[in-house]
Amino acid sequence: MGTALAFYFAAAIALIASVRVITNTNPVHALLYLVISLLAVAMIFFSLGAPFAATLEMIVYAGAIMVLFVFVVMILNLGSVIDDQERRWLSPRAWIGPTVLSLGLFVELIYTIKPTMETFIEITKVGPKEVGIALFGPYVLAVELASMLLLAAMVAAWHLGRDADKDDKGKKNA
Amino acid sequence: MDIFTPDVIAIIWSVVKALIILFGVVLVAAFLSFVERRMLALWQDRYGPNRAGPFGLLQLPADMIKMFFKEDWTPPFVDKLTFWLAPAIAMSGLLLSFAIVPIIPGWVASDLDVGLLFFFAMAGIAVYAVMFGGWSSNNKYALLGGIRATAQTVSYEVFMGLSLMGVVAITGSFNMTDIVNAQKGCWFVFPQILGFLTFAVAGIAVTHRSPFDAPEAEQDLAAGYHTEYSGLKWGMFFVGEYIGVVLISSLITVLFFGGWLPPFEVLSFIPPFFWFATKTAFFIMMFILIRAALPRPRYDQIMDFGWRICLPITLVNLVATAAIVLWLNQSAA
Repeated sequence: MGTALAFYFAAAIALIASVRVITNTNPVHALLYLVISLLAVAMIFFSLGAPFAATLEMIVYAGAIMVLFVFVVMILNLGSVIDDQERRWLSPRAWIGPTVLSLGLFVELIYTIKPTMETFIEITKVGPKEVGIALFGPYVLAVELASMLLLAAMVAAWHLGRDADKDDKGKKNA
Repeated sequence: MDIFTPDVIAIIWSVVKALIILFGVVLVAAFLSFVERRMLALWQDRYGPNRAGPFGLLQLPADMIKMFFKEDWTPPFVDKLTFWLAPAIAMSGLLLSFAIVPIIPGWVASDLDVGLLFFFAMAGIAVYAVMFGGWSSNNKYALLGGIRATAQTVSYEVFMGLSLMGVVAITGSFNMTDIVNAQKGCWFVFPQILGFLTFAVAGIAVTHRSPFDAPEAEQDLAAGYHTEYSGLKWGMFFVGEYIGVVLISSLITVLFFGGWLPPFEVLSFIPPFFWFATKTAFFIMMFILIRAALPRPRYDQIMDFGWRICLPITLVNLVATAAIVLWLNQSAA
């Protein structure tokens, strides 16, 4: 009962926050709601017995990726011009059509996966150890591929970000 | 009238314990503002605040009264939502991390299996305080301070996590109580000296303490991200910084210096709280001494130091620790 309550409460917050991400006209406020939505998803993981996934969600998504998003928006210095533009783009004429259509899909989705009253959330606790064993056991290939991809991204970022003048100076002195 | 079943009493007792820890931490953090000024003055051969009450001990209440009655002004050009949110995050983010710090056996607000990761999560959230504070102030100095603070914190958090993974590898658990109990034979500062050094550096940088206080460097940025703040909101940033100092000191104590464990078995008749408090107080004093002793490096030097020196050290430390742990386990089996 307690876990179900926690689950639905966090899910409701996640939904409201996600809607506000889309409807908010201010980019930084929208990102703030996205952070709240991610924290709510982390709470859902907690309530379902996956504390490791929950903390990783908070560290990686809320604590690192969203920080970079907000960072970029901060540097862009968008100001109130963007607010007005967003408000014009977010006219009811633009969003009502897609919303009604996707609402139809949503009803269909609920109908397909509709839970009976006997359906309960099954809680199995998945700690760091289980995740680690799974990652470096059956999924080791995926981990290696992902790490290679990240290495390539890192090398590219270093190449783009390097100070060309400084490197040239170093060569002249050498 | 059977409300007070043993379960309910256990819940109430743990809530009371958590509240005691919370208020204790806030009080210590607020009191540090006075202690720091007195200590800095002592080391710089002057008096410091010594007028209010005996030894100036009433300086803290005086400051608090002043701050509560000061006009808490919100400038008209700021972004109100984030401007008001930032100080709250600054104070609560690191304060919540205390939930996982074991003070003495049984005295921990939440004995999570993923305790250490919870601290990283909260430290990651705490970045938003300086970001939102800097951005919402709508002021170029504040924005520059916010950008510096964000880049610095994100960079140093990368290897702050890595620096502690050696401790986790030896213990085999993220649980803080397990980590303390694993240090019964030997404090982790000895096998993990590199981890300790890099964590201490990262801790100073993440709390924006001098010498890593470029985000609020008075000379080039007025007061950095909290330039536009006054009254109680500024006070929350201020106390938030001291909470960070207390948190990092207590984490160093717990992770590397055996937490509540005495240095020698002979001394175990002294209560464990004494050891925890003494060690934490020692590292708080080191924080203050570092502020008094070291000048502030340039901003690019701070970033260089983090990425080019500390990050490789922590990586080597992690790989070496993991190799030794595996090797010892193998020979034991």
